[in-house]
Amino acid sequence: MDLAYSPEHKKFQEEVRDFLQQTQPQWPPSRTVGRASPEAMRWQALLIERGYTARSIPREYGGHGGEPDLLKSHIIAEEFARAGAPGGLAGQGISMLVPTLLELGTPEQKERYVKPTLLGEMLWCQGYSEPGAGSDLASLRTSAVDEGDDFLVNGQKIWTSTAHEADMMFALVRTEPDAPKHRGISYLLLPMSTPGIEVRPLKTMTGHAEFNEVFFTDVRVPKSSIVGNRGEGWQVANTTLKFERGMLGDPNEAGRRFNDLVTLMQEETLDGLSLMDNPLLRDSLVRLQAKVLAMQYNGMRLLSGELRGEVPAIARLIVKLQGCELNHQLAALAIDALGELGLLYDNSPRLRAEGAWQRKYMFDLGLIIGGGTAQIQKNIIAERGLGMPREPKLAAAPQSGGAR
Amino acid sequence: MDFGLSEQQLSMQESLRRYLQQAAGLEHLRSVVADGPVHDATLWQGLADMGLTGLLVPQAYGGLGLPLMDAVLVQEVLGEFAAPVCFTASAILAPLALALAGSDAQQEKWLPRLVDGSLQVAVCITDAGGSREDAGVTAVNDKLNGRLMFALGAASAELLICSCREGDLYLVHRDAPGLEWTSMRSVDDTRCLWEIKLREVAAELLLPEAGDALAPVSAAGRIALAADTLGAAQTMLDKAVAYSCERQQFDRLIGSFQAVKHMCAEMAAELEPCRALLWYAAYAYDAVPDKRTLLACHAKAHLGEVGTSIARTATEVHGGMGFTDLLGLHYWFKRIGFNRQVLGSPDRLRAQAARVQGWGVQADRLMEQGGGYR
Ligand SMILES: Cc1cc2nc3c(=O)[nH]c(=O)nc-3n(C[C@H](O)[C@H](O)[C@H](O)COP(=O)(O)OP(=O)(O)OC[C@H]3O[C@@H](n4cnc5c(N)ncnc54)[C@H](O)[C@@H]3O)c2cc1C
Repeated sequence: MDLAYSPEHKKFQEEVRDFLQQTQPQWPPSRTVGRASPEAMRWQALLIERGYTARSIPREYGGHGGEPDLLKSHIIAEEFARAGAPGGLAGQGISMLVPTLLELGTPEQKERYVKPTLLGEMLWCQGYSEPGAGSDLASLRTSAVDEGDDFLVNGQKIWTSTAHEADMMFALVRTEPDAPKHRGISYLLLPMSTPGIEVRPLKTMTGHAEFNEVFFTDVRVPKSSIVGNRGEGWQVANTTLKFERGMLGDPNEAGRRFNDLVTLMQEETLDGLSLMDNPLLRDSLVRLQAKVLAMQYNGMRLLSGELRGEVPAIARLIVKLQGCELNHQLAALAIDALGELGLLYDNSPRLRAEGAWQRKYMFDLGLIIGGGTAQIQKNIIAERGLGMPREPKLAAAPQSGGAR
Repeated sequence: MDFGLSEQQLSMQESLRRYLQQAAGLEHLRSVVADGPVHDATLWQGLADMGLTGLLVPQAYGGLGLPLMDAVLVQEVLGEFAAPVCFTASAILAPLALALAGSDAQQEKWLPRLVDGSLQVAVCITDAGGSREDAGVTAVNDKLNGRLMFALGAASAELLICSCREGDLYLVHRDAPGLEWTSMRSVDDTRCLWEIKLREVAAELLLPEAGDALAPVSAAGRIALAADTLGAAQTMLDKAVAYSCERQQFDRLIGSFQAVKHMCAEMAAELEPCRALLWYAAYAYDAVPDKRTLLACHAKAHLGEVGTSIARTATEVHGGMGFTDLLGLHYWFKRIGFNRQVLGSPDRLRAQAARVQGWGVQADRLMEQGGGYR
């Protein structure tokens, strides 16, 4: 255990700090999902130029073209979180599609999509889930029928985040209807402007329409839009899911949120006393602090594991489950601490933090469900992490009844 | 930067595990504690022979002079086996207190004997856990009067190191006139607890060259007990998983039932980040003294919570078998329960963690009045 940085990394850390201090006036308002604002795009371009985002993506595809250096990436994330500075653009295109294309895309696909995606000019949505295929994603039915140079796509996607704004979709479709369920799927890229696509926003509990239903009627997609081989979309998707899981439950977000919660409890009062003077709230706060620290150190452990080339399996598998739950608990405590004020929402007078705590409290539930539900995460931890037996197939299951 | 254990540390843990597998299995444990709480002298000598009792003793006195981390890693493995030895008192708290605050003469006299395993020391820091009833001792002119409760250490202890109400540490010889030791019996027979009455007992002040000796000693003890819980909880989880992969009901392994699977996954998901928290706390003890107390409080409070929850859930995974004496699961259950209360219960530790961060004036006021948590 040695947490000191080498002189090179120390110098790098100072560089990042200086950069953030100098650029503070240029920081765009904190990141939201969906299309990037012009300020956010300018900020993104600057971060790429400095190598603070898209760091190891080749220059020819719009990245910074630096050597991969996990430690520098860690320093960047840490310093941005410490300063409360907005990081580079995220979203499913940058976080999931780009790494997938870099790993499995054709040179033309990389050429065409990576750069505009990185710059925030091209917005993507992820068309995986269907009404009949959520946790059991491989049972998806949207069909893509071979029509010479094209596929003809018919079916429906659901819960498609940002589809109403997106330029493009990466989708899973069934190209081989007779193959076993995991082998008949292909991974397609398609413009949302293609005739036959209809997007209907779905309003969520937050009051906004964060996601959509997407209907496909005889949508023509050239065969060159497949990523990876035909019928191997499941493997390609798993590459993407790996990146999605890495994205959810980030301990830096928990750290940021915890700091906001401390400030809130120091600044707000009840009966004229600081909320921090309420011993029960304070106890709950410290309880959560231990969890936040544990997840942050767990993150450092994973980072070192990667540097050493040996990643502790369980420590990684738990991140989405624990991290999303922790964020939710932090928002819940903020709301409890604020009491009636914590209820205020939308454009109410006396609103705190622009209603962010309520919004996060609700949206976190979406993140606990999305990207592999908490229950699915537990299945994965138990089966892959602890080596417990898989669920027997239904046909082999015993008759119910007979319990005591 | 490297956040993890060294090859050397891992292999030390592995060789200790190998030793305990043959020397401290369940049947051994059962026979050793058959008549109540005990310190296993044979096992202790085994640890001394491996050089583990002198890890924290400075090299000048024949020890290894290693940072707290290494001793904590030993304590973790002892927790895995619920090993009935008073390691925390004699191999962590005593050498730290003596090294921090002992005179040259005291160090010369006692430290080498900690290394060879011939000396046992009892330690009582009343303040770390808070004073129940009227517990506490007062020091006047190097004479101690009062009553200590929940001293840790072996019956064969030749020395007592204790804190007094004024916050100083004292060294007392076991055979000093005016001392009266009574064994207390906790649910956990793998460790010993004592009530000690002192009437005009002659004591030697342990005076640090600079700063305070009590705070680091408390912190080290807390980190050690947190490590013990980590080991014990890991064993309970491993046993639950193993049992669920053997036991069949309804013509299938119970581990294939999702209710069981999810209990195990939740235990793993809670426990695994504790490992990183503990490592950091042990690292901070030596490398980031500013954070020493905060991290020690967090590590022990959080592992106390997670540990007790695992102790319960892992027992439940074993069904009726878990409740019996047959599997011996209860040794770990009780070990975790012991670690939770001794040297500060989770609520007390969280209150202290808040205070060292300056959160809450009420707590500050209490401290100013001298009645607050240390
Ligand atoms: C905010 C948000 C954004 C999303 N964005 C996208 C997106 O952009 N693109 C996209 O394709 N999808 C998206 N999704 C969909 C998301 O991936 C699915 O909601 C998720 O995989 C769960 O599927 P489901 O909703 O059909 O629930 P179901 O699979 O029907 O699950 C319902 C309940 O049953 C439980 N369950 C199901 N199977 C099992 C099992 N084997 N063991 C134990 N319990 C089980 C679940 O845990 C859950 O509690 C998003 C979802 C949310 C909430």
